Amino acid sequence: METLFFYILGTVALAAAIGVLAFRRVFYSAVALIICLTAVAGLYLLLNAPFMAAVQIIVYAGAIMVLFLFVIMLLDPFSGAIHPDKLRGLRVIGPLLGILGLIAIFPALRAYDLGMAPRSPQALTGDTSSVELLAETLFNHYLLPFEVTSVLILVAIIGVVVLAKREKQDGHGH
Amino acid sequence: MDINHYLILSALLFTIGTVGVILKRNVISVLLCIEIMLNAANLSFMAFSRYLGQVHGQVMVFFVMVVAAAEAAVGLAIAIVLYRNRGTLSVDDADTMKW
Repeated sequence: METLFFYILGTVALAAAIGVLAFRRVFYSAVALIICLTAVAGLYLLLNAPFMAAVQIIVYAGAIMVLFLFVIMLLDPFSGAIHPDKLRGLRVIGPLLGILGLIAIFPALRAYDLGMAPRSPQALTGDTSSVELLAETLFNHYLLPFEVTSVLILVAIIGVVVLAKREKQDGHGH
Repeated sequence: MDINHYLILSALLFTIGTVGVILKRNVISVLLCIEIMLNAANLSFMAFSRYLGQVHGQVMVFFVMVVAAAEAAVGLAIAIVLYRNRGTLSVDDADTMKW
């Protein structure tokens, strides 16, 4: 049953990811990416991480992709236009490089043996949920990185406001 | 069901993302493909987290999501500024720093 779900979700994720590349309109690409992210959230559920699946859908497929869609709708006057490619060779070289890299890494991934079946976290006792354990790890072991990410978000907010702010039309000195 | 399934799926997704970054000529499309690559890495983290029986991988995915959110916001702001100043979103036209 698990294998069946894995293959269904994996196929959906791969197809949607290829769709991101294949669609010529950026808006459709973004929608395909939302499908891909949702399928990956399903895989997180299979991996016994319901909280991260929820976060994936809320934060990634929700917030980040809405941001993308807003910007696409804001400035996409030529979404259907085909640009002349300055480097035509890339059309061939790009996929070729990708396939070569995949061939290089595939045997290692296939033969990789962790030597263990999936396990529940060792610290997981009867009366703690995986969310509790996640929170404990995050706020004890990773407290400093957690605080640093909040600074990162703050910097990103300020940077975005500064970048996207429209400069005054009537020159300087006001 | 062993971990190799997840690793190979993750590698496939990452390859698709990489090829997209190389092929796509639109700044926003390139950002979308970067999101695919980040997600492929996240999937590997989650698989290892599950198979090693630790939650550290999940915490790492958490951080990757935060960084991805910041990256998307700043990247899109840069795209807006690029469009405002150059009137285009094509990466080929943003080559002032090329050589």
